[in-house]
Amino acid sequence: MKKITCIVCPKGCEMTVNQQNGKIIVTGNSCKRGEKFAVDEMLHPTRTLQSTVKTIYKQMPRISVKTNNVIPKDKIFKVMNEIAKVNVKNKLKNGDVIIKDVLNLGVDVISTVDMNLYIN
Amino acid sequence: MEQYDVGIIGSGPAGLAAAIEIEKNGLSQIIIERENRPGGILKQCIHDGFGLHRFKERLSGPEYAERFLTEVINKKIPIYKNTFVTEIKKDKDGFVLTLVNSDKSIFETHVKALILANGCRERTAKQVFIHGTRPSGVYTAGTAQYFVNISGYLPCKKCVILGSGDIGLIMARRLTLEGAEVCGVYEAKSMPSGLTRNIAQCLNDFDIPLHLSSTVTKIHGNERVEAVTVQKVDGHFNPIDGTEEVIECDGLILSVGLIPENELAKSLGVQMDYHTKGPIVNQRLMTNVKGVFSCGNALHVNDLVDYVSESAEIAARGAVKHIKKQDREEQINVLFDDSKFLYIVPQKINIKDLDEDIIFYFRSKEIVKDAVVKIKAGDVEIFKRKYPSIKPPEMECACLNIKDIDFSTENQITFEMKI
Repeated sequence: MKKITCIVCPKGCEMTVNQQNGKIIVTGNSCKRGEKFAVDEMLHPTRTLQSTVKTIYKQMPRISVKTNNVIPKDKIFKVMNEIAKVNVKNKLKNGDVIIKDVLNLGVDVISTVDMNLYIN
Repeated sequence: MEQYDVGIIGSGPAGLAAAIEIEKNGLSQIIIERENRPGGILKQCIHDGFGLHRFKERLSGPEYAERFLTEVINKKIPIYKNTFVTEIKKDKDGFVLTLVNSDKSIFETHVKALILANGCRERTAKQVFIHGTRPSGVYTAGTAQYFVNISGYLPCKKCVILGSGDIGLIMARRLTLEGAEVCGVYEAKSMPSGLTRNIAQCLNDFDIPLHLSSTVTKIHGNERVEAVTVQKVDGHFNPIDGTEEVIECDGLILSVGLIPENELAKSLGVQMDYHTKGPIVNQRLMTNVKGVFSCGNALHVNDLVDYVSESAEIAARGAVKHIKKQDREEQINVLFDDSKFLYIVPQKINIKDLDEDIIFYFRSKEIVKDAVVKIKAGDVEIFKRKYPSIKPPEMECACLNIKDIDFSTENQITFEMKI
């Protein structure tokens, strides 16, 4: 038996996961997304990652970025190391790819800000 | 003097949402922003989870702000950036704002209605009682967040976080990701202040310990923080002798609460609610000063930005109605037992204006399992809902239509909680 707090939405349901005959049984969830999260959390926990990267622009020395899909939880710090190597040299829009297929995880690191809105 | 129908103070999520709503109604307006970039605190909230209610998506703070800011820019709604409001004076048909910026120096603007969307402030080190010295390395969580996410500086290498508010939890994760060591989060209360999911994804994911009923009692260090003393506290928050522990660190991050900012409101004679620390408002979010509306975190501290935008739109529609002189007024009080509820917003209901649904926002005082919340108009029950669990960090809402209630005999609204 394992207790898992759902992080899908702000409700934060406290779920209990039991494994019976190879089957994963979730209780305490209020929706299907919670059940899926609990099962994923038992088999292969994932997270989306948000951080910032350096830019060459004085008015905006950092911009916010995120992975455009979930990555394995145990790869978070490895992806952070890749993010730390970036220096943005042109004005990016929201959704522009900054690192394509980071660490061959099939996930891109993308910008979450339109720099044109903030830099003249 | 420049003239506008509506003046909006602040261009964070509340100000931007209010502006779009005002624009839809065809009134003229001016947004006043003291920073050089609109978007308010969302600019530095790079984590996701914003907009789940409104857009059914998990957006980061900058993405959420951009959805609104793009529309404000496309509609050419004017924003005075780098501009401070130094004074607001009431005149016979509105308000005279004294503004100051580097382009126009000191100048005045007249508006017919005012929307206060200027957010909240963090409680600082000076507002919590800690012994010892005041070296560098003591930051509020929001300041630390600004350093990391906007400026790109790491404010400390090894820190203790005091208070379990959401920004503190988010910063525990953020500093860890950027290579700092977070020794632990200390919370004087016996329950966490932040959302449960943030305890899970910001602390538990990174094995950061949460120490409840514990606080920081002393800061050590001359030039720079060298250590802090932490101590267990009793039920009355008094430190317990003999539980002292000295933790070596170079930073103390404070996440000890947010307080609505209402200096301008108070200067106008707006009445405040000591439960919310924001203005007392009716369902249009209008204060006792006619034509002055309050929304977002200036009204009460919200846990979700979705509610901030929603309240701003309500305030904006109220301002439109006020300017078109469609508002008649007869107000009744919303009453509650403050041993059960932390607060209820709105605190008053204008019973001459019941055509639209009314949204009540409320928080419980304690964590309660299987609570039943009832709302009564006089003796008539108008709402009843069972909550498997209701807790102070998670705000609840009730959307009601009460236009059919006969208020000639029912002269108050009452909130009740049965356990």
